[in-house]
Parts: sequence; C-alpha cells; structure tokens
Amino acid sequence: MSETEQDASPRFDAIVVGAGPSGNAAAYVMAREGLNVLQIERGEYSGSKNVQGAILYADALEKIIPEFRDEAPLERHVIEQRIWTMDDRSHTGVHYRSDDFNEEKPNRYTILRAQFDKWFNSRVRDAGATVLFETTVTELVRDLSGKVIGVRTDRSGNPIMAPVVVLAEGVNGLVGQRSGLREELKPDTVALAVKEMHFLPREVIEARFNLQGNEGVVIEAMGTITKGMTGTGFLYTNEESISIGIGCIVEDFVDSAETPYGLLEAFKNHPSIKPLLAGSEIKEYAAHLIPEGGYRAIPQLYGDGWLVVGDAGQFVNAVHREGSNLAMTTGRIAAETVVMLTRKREAMSAANLAAFARRLEETFVMKDLRKYKGIPNLLHGGKAQFFGTYPRLISQAMQTWFRVDGVDKKTKENAIARSFREARGWRGMIGDTFRLVRAWR
Amino acid sequence: MNDAMNGKGTVKVEEKLYQNRYLVDAGRPHIRVKPHQTPSRGLLAMTHLCPAGCYNLSESGQVEVSADGCVECGTCRIVTQTTGELEWNYPRGGFGVLYKFG
Repeated sequence: MSETEQDASPRFDAIVVGAGPSGNAAAYVMAREGLNVLQIERGEYSGSKNVQGAILYADALEKIIPEFRDEAPLERHVIEQRIWTMDDRSHTGVHYRSDDFNEEKPNRYTILRAQFDKWFNSRVRDAGATVLFETTVTELVRDLSGKVIGVRTDRSGNPIMAPVVVLAEGVNGLVGQRSGLREELKPDTVALAVKEMHFLPREVIEARFNLQGNEGVVIEAMGTITKGMTGTGFLYTNEESISIGIGCIVEDFVDSAETPYGLLEAFKNHPSIKPLLAGSEIKEYAAHLIPEGGYRAIPQLYGDGWLVVGDAGQFVNAVHREGSNLAMTTGRIAAETVVMLTRKREAMSAANLAAFARRLEETFVMKDLRKYKGIPNLLHGGKAQFFGTYPRLISQAMQTWFRVDGVDKKTKENAIARSFREARGWRGMIGDTFRLVRAWR
Repeated sequence: MNDAMNGKGTVKVEEKLYQNRYLVDAGRPHIRVKPHQTPSRGLLAMTHLCPAGCYNLSESGQVEVSADGCVECGTCRIVTQTTGELEWNYPRGGFGVLYKFG
C-alpha cells in the first residue's frame, strides 16, 4: 500500500452527524461495542440546539443505558395524563392518573433536553467516542461510485473519512437533503412549534397540580387554540418549571395571518391555562420543527456508506406525541447494524445496511407509524372540523348538559343532537367517523 | 401588510427573545434574502410566520431578514425551497442560539 492510500484510509469506523437522542444513541452503542466513533455536533454542547416538550419514554433509553435513572437529569415521573379538547373559554378533558405510575422504574419522565442531552453525550464520550463540538458538517464526501466515504465540515482541514456515516442531523438536516439522499421537507408535513419555560417554586407546582415529591402531570390539548389550523398545545410539569408550547402545520401558518408567538400567548391566557402559570418567571423561548408526515413521509433510510435515524428520517408518531423514543430506537438499531457488519468485516454497502430497515420493521417504530399512516392526511384535510367545529360542539354539549336551568333533560339531549346535526350534518358526521376509524385501525 | 394585521403589534416577540442566549456571528448572517421585486406567498408569509420575528416587509414591498434573533428552526427554508428566494445555512459551528433548557 502506498503512502497516499494509507493517508486516505479511514481512521474512524463510523461518523455520526448530530448529538440529539438518535445521534447519541447511535454513537454510544457503537463506541460501547468497541468501534472508533467520531460524532460531530454544531452546538457548543449536545443539547444546546435541541428542543422538545419534553417527555422521555424510559423503555427506549433502558434498552441502551439500563441504569440511566441513577444518573440522568430527570425532572418528574408522569403519573397523570390529561387530554383536553378546548374552545375559547372551556376545556373538556380525559384525565388518567394512577398510583401504579409511582413504580420503582417509572415509565415516563419530563426532561429538559439541553440538560438531558448533555448528560447522554457525556456517556457517549465515556464510552470512548470522539466528539467534535462547534463544528457544522457541510457535505458528504463520496467516491467515484457514489458511495459515501466521509464528511466535510466548516472547520478548515481535510475531509474526515469513515466507512459509514450515520445522519442524525435532525428534522432540518441539510446534509442529507442537499445531498439528495432524501426529499426536502414539505410545508404540509412539518409542524412549527414554539415553547416557553416558566419557572415556579416546586411547592407551587405540586399544589397546583396535586402532586407529591417528583410526581408529574402532562397535558395535551387541541381545539380552537390553534385557530382552525392543524396542531396541538402542551403543558408539562418539570421539577421547578412548566414547559408550555403550541405547534401547527407550517402550510396552515402560511395560509393564516397568525404568528406562532401570538398563538402561544393566547394559549397561555386561556382561562383553563392562565391560573396554572400565574406568577411564573419566563426564562427561555424556543422554536423547532416537528416532522409530522408519518409513515408516508419516511425517506430512503440507507445507501452505500450511510444511514439516517431520528427526526431526519421522519420518525415521529404524531398521534401519540412520541419522537425521542423513536429517535433513540432507530439510533440504537442503526448502531447495532454497523457493529454487526464491522465485526463480520463486511462492506457498508446499501445491500448490507438494508438490515437496518429490516430490523426496524420488527419494532414498534414501523408498526406504529404504519398503523397511523392515514392520520396526518385525515387531520389536515379535516382541520376545520377536528380543530374548530367539534371542539366547539363538545364544549357546548357539556355546558348544556351540566348547567341546571329548569330545562328538562330530554329537551337538552335533543338540543345537543341538533347542534351536531346542524353544524356537520348526518352525512358529515358519518363520514368523519368512518374516516377516523379507517385511519386509526 | 402592516404590524396590526400580521399580529406583531399585539405580542412583542422581542421580549421573548430577550430571554435567550445567542452568540452572534457578526458580519456573517446565515440567512440572506436574494434580491427580488415581489416576494412569493411563502416568503411574504414569513413576516408573520417566523417565530423570532426576523422578517419584515420594506416600504417598497420587499421582504427583509435580520437573523440575529433567529432560533434556527428552518421554517423559512422550508417555505421558500421551491422559490429559491433564500440563501440558508446553519450558523458556523458554535454560533447562533444556545439553549439552556431546550
């Protein structure tokens, strides 16, 4: 082998672009299994560019770092889930609270991503990976056959080479989109969410939400809060803060005159929300895109010398508001695929890396996304009904039913039935129900 | 479209951005609007859609960007990708918004 060929030979077994949940999962698993891993992150630290609600689902992380509860910065374990449909003055809720969630190994936690990601990435470095911060990957390097063989960054110097590049670059991942590895994001399958951090003493949070110790509550809300656009709001309790946010499909924002921060302000001032935030100190305002296209938006996931994981691969279950667990799971399985091929000394070819996609098919990730493949189109197509008409009708019906005003119950029942019929018509309601059931099953 | 119409008059986004930490790459904006006569529907929408209020309409009807308060969400890139009106890159490594909580 000549000297130049030696220089061009890869120093690293794998390069991971990005240090969010999927990139950290991928880098950690490969490094732990003995691979020489380089991870590249454009932020000052892992988490400094990352935004999420955020709820951590323990199962996906447990499969990577089983003892994470002893060391990760976790806020509160979730014992109560509230799902609200809202009109301008009311909310109708389904609440589920159970002492069963006060278990030895709780199932869901609220987290602050900047702090959690920083911890996760410290484990990546402890496992032996090299992490380059404050470095933006600008493009992929390919050989004459088109195989990806490394990356270029905005730091001066030669390209960095490796047999495989794991693209964990997030929803707005420029590298993969500009290299043509996947299609550009479309305004109708991506949501823009804005979020604020409201700080309150922990005793205040515990009193307002009926909590003890590290118990937590999460609220997911839909209805007129999104002004007829497809979207949802959320409120999560952290140890000494509340995360509150709202997001809508970008295309709907384009068609409206609403500002994202105006929506957030209106949501915060909703009579059902305002008392929960009273007296809080705001310490941060953030915005982020969320891939909402579901199964039909999933791009090609592998090729010669590359894999894509996490938000970059559209791995978000919009119905259940799950994303970071899909990110970690896709990162882990990508890593396990690369480890297996490295050990067998097999090429990082598209044919061999296809094992990643095949293994994903066996997991909840693809099963759930396939199950809900019709939901994004349904909600977007029926946004006037699902985010306006029905939430208003439900609120009116509840008020008619609960208000005691001398009107007999049979008359009230008829009035409620009539309000739905007049607003949507029998045909409309049957159609909505049929489409919802078909999209859900 | 004036500020009252696009909602900027009612909620001050500058007050929200004031909470955030930034390291501005002075003199090297990561987003540029290409010269244009009339903005596309998508670019025009950024004057209300940008979550950091970075976009404004000039008196002569062109859309201008000032990206110092940018939170790097990428929305403007998505809505103008078919028109090519923006030159969009992430800030150089280490620059831009820096979340403490995320």
